[in-house]
Formats: sequence, C-alpha cells, structure tokens
Amino acid sequence: MIEARGLTKRYGDTLAVDDLSFRVEPGKITGFLGPNGAGKTTTMRLILGLDQPSSGEVTVNGKPFRSSATPMRDVGALLDAKAAHGGRSAHNHLLCLAQTNNLPKQRVDEVLDLVGLSTVAGKRAKGFSLGMGQRLGIAATLLGDPAILMFDEPVNGLDPEGILWIRNLMKRLAAEGRTVFVSSHLMSEMESTADHLIVIGKGRLIADCTMTEFIAQSSGRTVRVRTTDPARLARLVTAEDGIVRDEGEGRLVVSGLTPERIGDLAFENAVRLHELTAAQASLEQAFMELTGAAVEFRAAEQRSDQDVLTGSGV
Amino acid sequence: MAATSTIAARGARRAALPASAGRASFAGAVRSEFTKIRSVRSTYWTLLALVVLCVGIGALGSYGHLHDFSQMPAGGKTYQRAQFVAQAPMYSLFGAILGQLVMAVLGALTITSEYSTGMIRTSLTVLPARGKVFAAKALVFTGVAVVVGLVTSFASFFLGQAIMSGQHINTTLSHPGVLRAVIGAGLFMAVCGLLSFGIGALLRHTAGAISASFGLLFVLLVLAQFLPTSLANHVDKWIPFNAGSAIWERTSAEHLFSPWTGFAVFCGYAAVALAAGWWRFRTRDA
Repeated sequence: MIEARGLTKRYGDTLAVDDLSFRVEPGKITGFLGPNGAGKTTTMRLILGLDQPSSGEVTVNGKPFRSSATPMRDVGALLDAKAAHGGRSAHNHLLCLAQTNNLPKQRVDEVLDLVGLSTVAGKRAKGFSLGMGQRLGIAATLLGDPAILMFDEPVNGLDPEGILWIRNLMKRLAAEGRTVFVSSHLMSEMESTADHLIVIGKGRLIADCTMTEFIAQSSGRTVRVRTTDPARLARLVTAEDGIVRDEGEGRLVVSGLTPERIGDLAFENAVRLHELTAAQASLEQAFMELTGAAVEFRAAEQRSDQDVLTGSGV
Repeated sequence: MAATSTIAARGARRAALPASAGRASFAGAVRSEFTKIRSVRSTYWTLLALVVLCVGIGALGSYGHLHDFSQMPAGGKTYQRAQFVAQAPMYSLFGAILGQLVMAVLGALTITSEYSTGMIRTSLTVLPARGKVFAAKALVFTGVAVVVGLVTSFASFFLGQAIMSGQHINTTLSHPGVLRAVIGAGLFMAVCGLLSFGIGALLRHTAGAISASFGLLFVLLVLAQFLPTSLANHVDKWIPFNAGSAIWERTSAEHLFSPWTGFAVFCGYAAVALAAGWWRFRTRDA
C-alpha cells in the first residue's frame, strides 16, 4: 500500500507535484495517468525517497521508504530502463542489486529466466535493445519478490509482443495480491490494464476512481440532443434506462441509448428535435478534456496556431 | 497464448523466495559494491594503466639516476655515492606523480559513473539508506586502492633498485625511512583516489570531478612555482601534492612538512572532500 498525503514538490518556481493525496491499494493495477510533464515520474521518485518532498509525505506500507529494512521485499521499481551501467553484464547487474538485500544468488538466474534473458545473462547491458533493457529492468524489480511494484511508462518504445508481455505480467502480479502502480500518458494503455485510475495534470489530482467509474463518467456513448420539449424527451429516455443530463436551453446529453433509438423515440412521440449528434469522444478525448486545463503548453500552442492562420490570410 | 502460460508456470517457481530472505545490511552493501567495481572493464583498464605508468616511470627515473651517477668522475662517485643512495627510493617511486592522477580518475569514476549511467537511481531504490551506500562504496574503493597502490609502489621500488644496482647506488627496505617511503607512495595514491571520490560525490559529474581533482593535485602545484620565494616558503607545504608526497620523497626541504605530518594534512584534505560528498549524497535528491 502506498499512501500520499499533501505531497508537494517544488523545483525553484515550478510546482512539479502539487498537494497530491492518494492511496494505491494491493490486489489491483492502479494506473497513474497524466500528460507528459504532469509530475508522474516526480511522484514516483518521491515515493521511493529519491527526492525529498517540499511538503507533505508519502509512505510505503505505513512508513517512509527510506527507513525500510527490507527495501527489495517491499518495492520493486522500474523508473528508467537505462538505469544500469552499460558496461556490466545482465547477470552482474542483477547480482550487485540482490547482494545489497542479501537475497540468495540463485534469484538472479530465476528472474533472468522469468523475463527470458537467460541466454544473454553474460552480455553487457549496453548491447541490449530497448525491449531487452526493459526486461532487465523488470527482472531487477522482481528480485525481491516485492509486495509493491512500480513501473514508469513501462511500454514506451516496446513492440506489440513486449507490450502484451508486460500487460500480462502486471495482471498476474496484481492477481497474486501485489500492489501494482503503473504510469502512462496513454489512456489506451490504461484501458486494457488498469482497475483503478489516478489521473493528474500539472502536478494536481484530477481524478481518483475505478476504471468503470471513469468510463461511465466520460464514455464515448453519449448523444447530444436539442429539442423544444426537453422535459418530455428526458422522461421518454429515462423510461428506456437511458441517463440524461439537462444542460439547459433545450439541450440534453444522453448516455445508454443509441442516436437511432433516441431519434425513433422522438419521432414516435412527436417530439421536435433540432439536433441529434453522437458525441465521438473516445476515452482518449475524455482524458484530454479532463486534463486539458492542466496541460501547460496548450494555450500557447493554440495561440501560435491562430497566428499562423492569420498570417496565411494576409 | 503459449508464451503467457509459460510465464505463469515460471511465476509459480518464483514465489518460492523464503520469507526470511531479503534484509538489507551494510555487509550486503559492501559485497554489492565489490561486485560493481570488479564487474566493469574500466576498473581493469584504469588499474593496468596505473601499474604500467607507475612502474614504467619509476624505471625510467631509476635509469636516469643511474646514468647521472655513471657519468661522474671517479672522485665524484666516491664523494656523492651516499647522496645518490639516499635519493634512490624517491627516483624509483617517481611514477606516483602520474599514478596519483590515474587513481584520481578511478576514484571519481567509482561514484560519477553511477550518475552518468543512471545506475544511482537503481542503487538507491534497492538500498534507500544512503549512508550505507556511500560508506560501502568508499570502503570498497579504499580497499582496492590501497591494495593496488601498495602493489604498484613495491613493484616500482624493486624494479628501480634492481636497475640502480648496476652502479651500486641501490638501497633496501631495511634502510631508515625507505619502507615508510614505499608504503607511503602506495597510500598517497590511494588517498588521491579518495579525495577524487569525495569530489565526485559532490559534483556528480565525471569530467568535472576529474578536472577538479587534477586541479587540486597538479595544477595547484605548478601555480605555486610562480609564487615569490618568501611567500612560497609559507604556502608550499600546504599544497596538497607537497603535503602528501612528503611521505615518499625521502629528502624533504626545510620549509615542507615532515613525512607523517604532511600525509596527515593530505588525509585531512581528502576527509574534507569525502565529508562534502557524503553531505550531498545524503541530503540531496538523487
């Protein structure tokens, strides 16, 4: 279990992490979602004690990670696949890590076998492909058979086979009752793995909910309707188990029904429609909407786009 | 789904780690640091360079000393022999002047390579008790540096004396001060490495740390040559190289420290660098 309370990290004038409070529970995969630069890596570094928080605190199993007597049993973390000395062989890299925690030497061979690197155990890490480096990093996280696993953007740059492998591994680790905390800037990646989501933007917490809640909140299956008789249409839709949000001025947002069904309902009951639009918002877009305000460079980008358009018009 | 089921099968075996295993300890940290230093090639290349440079330059120095003596007229030889014998250890150990720089490179690399490769993040994740990591690293480096420093200085001494025995101006370890000079040269190089290790921990940058160490050990010495004599007589002995090398340069000038005092001053400089490095390692974000 990871628990953050009012966690804040300031670098000079920049707030990288801003008053974050959340809890990462065992037995499921918790996705840590946010655009690039949202503060995901900084948060993970704070959890591991690599950085000291400016204020607030974060505990691992109830205490700061830096005071852990059994760090590798507690947490296996992969922040950066390149965080290894390229001149050291895969075997020696894992051996020097295992030795710090007095783990049995045969663990090294076991985890190498587990991630499929046994045949290159004696090869120096600098010759490894990105995927092999990622596997080596994952092997290191598994050395201590840890209760908590943290992966920072684990599928970045991996081929589809590698992505599938990591997904299955994470699912199995969570099914074994471990805490799995995985970051990504891609909603699509979370969609297929995470049970619970923590969404941040600009260092602040945006959402902390189950995957199901998140999808319900922002599902693509919403339909925008404009009508002269919103109250009546709302009743009709609700009677068919649809969910209606009244946005005023005759506008309704309906979820749970297809545009065709809503159109038919209106026709059969002689309700006049002025608009019937299937909202195309994918999870990706919902995520963008949620985090949009929190993306730092967005405003600046749009402004420069307009400048370009104005310029071409002249 | 063959691949998945294989992984699942392997997973069953992985769960077998006994509950008692996996306590972090200082002894474990020391074993780990020894694995680190012995498992990269740069260690061996650096140490080989150290031995070759040191012994080679000692041999050249010894040959030069021998040559100077052999060129003297017979009368001069009789008169000057004792002085040449007295300088024999210093000439054979002369390689320490470059050996210190190679050791400084190894000392800096031991810690800065963790930062340049990103390994430090992994190291501090598996063992977040930073004091243990720093102390284990310093201890293992000290062990390697002392052993290799001593092997190098003894090898330099014996080869040098063998060369100088051609004119019977060689000396032995049993002469007063000679054993101290030979052991001192080895320790001097090891402490140079520790000084550089401390600077490396402070700067976290390989080139920066090596430059700073070279500056302290070498450039300062050269600059001091330009001081007016009146000032130099007060400043010279505090120059790190002069303080540290008093222990292996058997003939010490009047205004310099005595061998052990000088060495203590030099160790003091290294201790300051190590303390500064330790402070940054302990307190700053990795």
